[in-house]
Amino acid sequence: MPEIIVQSDPFDMGERLNRFAARQENAGAVVSFSGVVRDADAGGLQAMEIEHYPGMTEKALAGIAEKAMARWSLNDAFILHRHGRMTPGETIMMVATAARHRADAFAAAEYLMDYLKSRAPFWKKEITETGTAWVAARDEDEDALSRWQSGEEAGSSPAG
Amino acid sequence: MIELRYFAWLRERIGTGHEKLETDAATVGELIEELKARDEAYAFAFSDLGTIRAAVDQELVGLDAPLAGAKEIAFFPPMTGG
Repeated sequence: MPEIIVQSDPFDMGERLNRFAARQENAGAVVSFSGVVRDADAGGLQAMEIEHYPGMTEKALAGIAEKAMARWSLNDAFILHRHGRMTPGETIMMVATAARHRADAFAAAEYLMDYLKSRAPFWKKEITETGTAWVAARDEDEDALSRWQSGEEAGSSPAG
Repeated sequence: MIELRYFAWLRERIGTGHEKLETDAATVGELIEELKARDEAYAFAFSDLGTIRAAVDQELVGLDAPLAGAKEIAFFPPMTGG
């Protein structure tokens, strides 16, 4: 069963990864990705606030992880995503996958990232010295899903 | 009676994150039309349907999705996690 954690508290990505790796049996490959609050506008970002939809968030992440488990030969998967206020340099989220072979672990980690960026109910707001602004979804993020959708139902497409 | 939830800038434009409603709308799209007719805040919030996503009972759906039996409908902008 993939492990899903949604929390506001900071976390130690190294400690999480070690714990994930330690509970695997016979996994030859462990892959992880971590997302970090980045100051895109060179010094202007004071904080990032992430809103989410409690209840749906956990279900959506579990659903994405289950799909990855079904699609690749994975031993296990892990998703942790924070909500609330974070400052530049703080870790927002991480995914980890474990498999017998690295190709499955790499591909599944990318799939988890592509899906959770635009199918899990999180919304980022940037707080700068001059005000606040919701981060707009990028077309590239939606496009990233299309490469996984051949031979699989496409999920809910925008605006029906 | 259904529970409505709004998130991110949709919540800010409407001015609340929760409300309850009696509706005869058959689909998500019909419900949006009903809400838009209420006042300027709703009309503004839902003015560009290309930027609106919906969930029925916490499952992402298209705007043509039926509401029969739904308990909780949520509206929000495209998601920006990760």
